[in-house]
Amino acid sequence: MLYREAGDFKTTYREDNQTFPIKSERILFWAAMAFAFLVVPFFIDSYWEKSVLVPLLVWALVALGLNILTGYCGQVSLGTGGFMAVGAFACYKLMTAFPDLNIFFVVLLSGCVTALVGMIFGLPSLRIKGFYLAVATLAAQFFLIWVFNKFAWFYNYSASGQITAPERAVFGIAVTGPNAAPWATYLFCLTILFIFAWFARNLTRGRVGRSWMAIRDMDIAAEIIGVEPLKTKLSAFAVSSFYIGVAGALFFSVYLGAAEVTEAFGIDKSFLALFMVIIGGLGSILGSFLGAAFLVLLPVLLKNLFVGSLGWPTDVAAHIQIMLIGGLIVFFLIVEPHGLAQLWRLAKEKLRLWPFPY
Amino acid sequence: MKLTKIAMAAAVAAVVSAGPAMADLVFPSLSYRTGPYAPNGIPFADGYADYLTLINERDGGIGGVKIDNPECETGYNTEKGVECYESTKNIGTGALIYQPLSTGITYQLIPKVTADGIPLHSMAYGRTSAMNGKIFKWVFNYPANYWDGATIAVKHAADMEGGSLDGKSIALVYHNSAYGKEPIRTLEEMSKEMGFKLTLIPVDHPGQEQKSQWLQIRRERPDYVFMWGWGVMNSVAIQEAANIRYPMDHFIGIWWSGSEQDVLPAGDGADGYKSLNFTGVGTEYPVFADIKKYVVDAGKAAGDGTNLGTVQYNRGMYAAMLAVEAAKKAQELSGHNDITAAEMRDGMEALDVTNATLEALGMPKFGPEVHVTCENHGGSGAALVQQWDAKAKKWNAITDFIPSNRDLVTKLAMEDSEAFAKENNITPRECK
Repeated sequence: MLYREAGDFKTTYREDNQTFPIKSERILFWAAMAFAFLVVPFFIDSYWEKSVLVPLLVWALVALGLNILTGYCGQVSLGTGGFMAVGAFACYKLMTAFPDLNIFFVVLLSGCVTALVGMIFGLPSLRIKGFYLAVATLAAQFFLIWVFNKFAWFYNYSASGQITAPERAVFGIAVTGPNAAPWATYLFCLTILFIFAWFARNLTRGRVGRSWMAIRDMDIAAEIIGVEPLKTKLSAFAVSSFYIGVAGALFFSVYLGAAEVTEAFGIDKSFLALFMVIIGGLGSILGSFLGAAFLVLLPVLLKNLFVGSLGWPTDVAAHIQIMLIGGLIVFFLIVEPHGLAQLWRLAKEKLRLWPFPY
Repeated sequence: MKLTKIAMAAAVAAVVSAGPAMADLVFPSLSYRTGPYAPNGIPFADGYADYLTLINERDGGIGGVKIDNPECETGYNTEKGVECYESTKNIGTGALIYQPLSTGITYQLIPKVTADGIPLHSMAYGRTSAMNGKIFKWVFNYPANYWDGATIAVKHAADMEGGSLDGKSIALVYHNSAYGKEPIRTLEEMSKEMGFKLTLIPVDHPGQEQKSQWLQIRRERPDYVFMWGWGVMNSVAIQEAANIRYPMDHFIGIWWSGSEQDVLPAGDGADGYKSLNFTGVGTEYPVFADIKKYVVDAGKAAGDGTNLGTVQYNRGMYAAMLAVEAAKKAQELSGHNDITAAEMRDGMEALDVTNATLEALGMPKFGPEVHVTCENHGGSGAALVQQWDAKAKKWNAITDFIPSNRDLVTKLAMEDSEAFAKENNITPRECK
């Protein structure tokens, strides 16, 4: 009923291949985009920016990056926090070394640096798989954090090891630093995420994405039909790290404004990203967004509900929140192992047939 | 996702409509009662809240205006700290002062409060060079800072050695974060000046595992061990020191490494451990009778009332007292009682807490005298050394307030703050 396909005719292959083949879905997508780009910036305040929307966008980008590697190419990674740190520190070094470079390019270059680092740490994936690879990437996590904490060059020899983002502007409007307007930082992150998600969606539908999935599903069979493991796995590591590096750069420069490597990019960040991907749905672009939304918005929502509305003591609320979120993760994994994206798929399926299911 | 959004909007609407009473003085408390740092965070938050409750109950607020003390749980985590700051800064007529009790969150908030115009008081923590009021207009760290602490610890060690540390060795066991790294520069400078050897031994967050660090100390046997630790790291370090039978009176912690929660787990082994402190310990101050009467017995205490008189509780109280005194000063300067954040800042900059003030508040000799000026946001920099008596389960002050090596601290703070100003294009303001 709502998702009616009847009367939605396709006359070209192009139309048949589009991302959203159903008309009502296209309308929904563009309406959501119009809302995000044209309506939200007029109403956003610094609370919604710093506590809700910018973290959501940044984490969605991280989840997207990890989903490319883990969801599409099947390589488990626990090094996400470390790769985010690479992006953040590359961003910091570039920002302070080239003050005139536009922040947009700084962010992209940070992604490129992270892609290189990611490829180096992706090399073991040619030999080892599964849990063993997870352990190898875990080593990357600890090694990278140690490097950024140990060598003072990375934080410009500041006494405390903290890095602080100076003010940088796009078209004369500050997007980093404390004086950046909420709408500016929000739109900056949203634009980057939009481009990257668009790119990821099309990348995963094309030849490259199919070769990743072939490796994921059965690497020996893939090799026999002519998919090169070296190129495929390393390209997945490169693209994934590029996304995560860009996200790390945004995380530091736009969202937090200052960061301390052990605290901001610890192992818990790697797990958080992995949870997002698993809960959202492995191998799904939408899943990355849903997983990030689930794990970023739910704690804030619960906090506002418990402390703000019900007036509970903060420690009780914090403990209940930890238990609830943990419980929900287990619940979702048992009830729907394919993640929130699968729930959405099923809901769509039901809506198509409603009210006359067969 | 849609449902989440709707529920979110509903929750936010509920928060907004509930709203606090009009025209209160808002002193948000960014506390942490969960996570690895909770053992220290809970008593501090209780002390802070209880003192403000006392002022509300006994005096009817400050100058007749009640204090609102919204609490927000940070878990010592910077992202949650940012969320807490954003969610509390617009409560009522706006937050007047922030005291996050976390060096990491302090660093995070320094640019934000400067942009928003809200004073930040990082009492003896945070960025040391923020004592330079010409550059850090909105940030205060009186009564003392980490570099003061480092010089006082060295001074105390020198006193124990009869005046000279030449040829001696000192190991610094520190939390491998912005907080723990703070004293390194000062100690390096002093080691050159006084001729002792400095070994740096980092401990990673949260510090539950320190076997290798203490093995190194056991091997090298430094003459003194200094510690910059927090939360669970403190008690683990003290236990490890007891295990390797390190002489406890040569083990000196910063003020954040010297509370009951840190030494009690090590039992008798912790006997003789020393730490710096800048507040009195125990409940033998007249103010506690009032707290008992108006807060604890009235059932309005923040915790269960068992923390009264402990190191962190008293420190939380002291922090609240300094905020209240600054607010009084601000009311006096501005001539009206509904002060704004900017007026609060003026009050903090004109703060003058003398022994007579402390006496009048029922806290004689509770802390050092604090005198804040436009150039100096760091107070006097004095601290005392206390020693743990494991039999009596009690901290005893073994020295009077020791002044720090302020010449050295000021010199280093000027260098650091000027580098910060240059990096962030800040022109130092003029002080009259």
